[in-house]
Amino acid sequence: MAAPATAIDFTRPTAPNQDKRWKLVDATMRRLGQHPRGLIETLHTVQETFGYLDNDALKYVAASLRVPLSRAYGVATFYHFFSLKPAGEHTCVVCMGTACYIKGAPQLLDAVQNDLGVEVGETTADGKVSLLTARCLGSCGLAPAVVYDRDVAGKVSPQLMRERLAQWRAHES
Amino acid sequence: MNPEELDQIAETQREAESHFAHKVNVCVAAGCVSCQSQGVKDALDKEIAARGWKERCKTKGVGCMGLCAEGPLVSTDNGTLYQHVAASDAGEILDNLDGPPIQRLHCRTDIPFFQRQKKIVLENSGIIEAERIEDYVAASGYTSLMKVLTEMSPADVIQEITRSGLRGRGGAGYPTGLKWSTVSKAVGKQKYVICNADEGDPGAFMDRSVLESDPHRVLEGMLIAAYAVGASEGYIYVRAEYPLAIQRLRTAIRQAERLGLIGSSICGTRFNFHIDLRLGAGAFVCGEETALIASVEGKRGTPRPRPPYPAQEGLFGEPTLINNVETYANVPAIIRNGGAWYAQIGTEKSKGTKVFALAGRVQNTGLVEVPMGITLRAIVFEIGGGIPEGRKFKAVQTGGPSGGCLPEECLDMPVDYENLAKAGSIMGSGGMIVMDESSCMVDVAKFFMDFCMSESCGKCVPCRVGTYQMHRLLDNVTKFRAAPEDLTTLSGLCELLKATSLCGLGQSAPNPVVSTMRSFGNEYKSHIEEHRCPAGVCGAGHSGGAR
Repeated sequence: MAAPATAIDFTRPTAPNQDKRWKLVDATMRRLGQHPRGLIETLHTVQETFGYLDNDALKYVAASLRVPLSRAYGVATFYHFFSLKPAGEHTCVVCMGTACYIKGAPQLLDAVQNDLGVEVGETTADGKVSLLTARCLGSCGLAPAVVYDRDVAGKVSPQLMRERLAQWRAHES
Repeated sequence: MNPEELDQIAETQREAESHFAHKVNVCVAAGCVSCQSQGVKDALDKEIAARGWKERCKTKGVGCMGLCAEGPLVSTDNGTLYQHVAASDAGEILDNLDGPPIQRLHCRTDIPFFQRQKKIVLENSGIIEAERIEDYVAASGYTSLMKVLTEMSPADVIQEITRSGLRGRGGAGYPTGLKWSTVSKAVGKQKYVICNADEGDPGAFMDRSVLESDPHRVLEGMLIAAYAVGASEGYIYVRAEYPLAIQRLRTAIRQAERLGLIGSSICGTRFNFHIDLRLGAGAFVCGEETALIASVEGKRGTPRPRPPYPAQEGLFGEPTLINNVETYANVPAIIRNGGAWYAQIGTEKSKGTKVFALAGRVQNTGLVEVPMGITLRAIVFEIGGGIPEGRKFKAVQTGGPSGGCLPEECLDMPVDYENLAKAGSIMGSGGMIVMDESSCMVDVAKFFMDFCMSESCGKCVPCRVGTYQMHRLLDNVTKFRAAPEDLTTLSGLCELLKATSLCGLGQSAPNPVVSTMRSFGNEYKSHIEEHRCPAGVCGAGHSGGAR
């Protein structure tokens, strides 16, 4: 009698390093039955714990869930929420939703791109600030909105934003 | 859990509430939280403790009260609403609980913004504590589920929903009863119910607000749907960008499981239903049902041709019911009050109410729920309070990147699915952005095309290449580099995308262009012929937006 499909010999890969945080990733994969359909949820856990998805993480998750590396990479790059490079010490997300757009979000971006010397999606050379945009935060009542690290600020002006970013950059840590 | 036990929970909760002489509600939905409303609540709690009032006064962290731009909002039990409340106002609010409202903070509620609304989906928002299931139960929560499980057959439930005339609130307006009936008749080993909470339209925050303010309502709607179609597993696909909604949904699911309202043999019947969350990862196309299903399966969110529709072959190839958050949120009220009651509200073909997220250049921005058939003028000028700074109304944009811009001539049109479509827009999920003379309509069309271009999944050529070409043409118009014949090319591309794209994203991507070319053709003309932007937004080095 042929062995059932589940009996195919499969050695679970070992985590890329000794970091305890891999246990969180393993827990997510276990909860979802170590099944390929858990790929996105697992990548969410990786990003939440490590801040971004690096090559080692993608290889480890792909091997553990038995999905081709191409598919893991495909999923990671398809969705905007996943980031393949580490963020700066602080992140600043400018909402570019419709309400924010017509209330001056492009002017906010212009102002800070100039000040920071970076384009959207980049991090300043000193590693302090990453500048990002969002499709819509759903804080349209407070347009234009900006997220400083995790705090949403509403009715932001270029002036206010410059001051906040200057504080971050001046602060030694 | 049975109906008596549920009544008991409601009774205990009401009894506990009645001991308090005063209740102060603080909005802790995302809008107010980002203006530090949690700090206001903490300050009130501290002040209550300091005064030794703990036995007679309590604060509640409630959901959205609607007027998001004036937050943090606080309401007291005599109906007074306060706006722009700071933590330092806590003492003064407590001092004046029995007296007249504090003038400095008072927000009048006799204005059309509050008076012209009709709340069904949002009936508990701003009143109950989203994180306490007892509060929802005390507000008649889960009684519809009990009614369905003890008194109604699945066919009865579908009949009631059909009678109500409820249509999909995600945007397309497909009759909900018909969808449920198709899934219930489909044959499969296992059926699924999915809640689409991937609110991707920029300028829309209705679903986020419902999930943050009244998550149990959505769960109850899903449970009733699952019973009606014979499903035993459900997923809520929610945007990862909504951390507060995710946290409250997780709490709500855990609470409902603990009370035996979600799980196996619910209320001692043979009905089983489990709900799990799946987080979106920032792809607009995942609002399309087949793309959403692919994403729940852990794959790239690309749509596939229909048929087969998800009702026949959906998640993991099994029959699947997909509805939007607001659609499910209507269900408990329909079951409680009857389909006939719901069908009285609205117009002939669009029944009930619709929640809109009113934003942009309008006085009162926030969340409103209005009966179908209300005019756009009433929404923008009465409820919305008109355009600030004495500027002139130019257009109202509905339906996000799939919708269109409606000019002044459309303001007296009653809002329903058919009328909006006839006027060149769509109902969409409910984003409503008001624009005044400082917005350039070509620039707005370009903004949406930029959105569709970046969000195109790339699977079909018309959408992937067409949105790029259209964006380039629009960019030329805004930089005064376009030739008159470019408009013909643009119109041709609009028809092409509409006719040949694989999914709704590509098919509806031309809508903002078509509607602005139709209603604001003169603006395109000034850009091309006179190299002039009437709103003063565009130019060689323009970045867009408004003046």
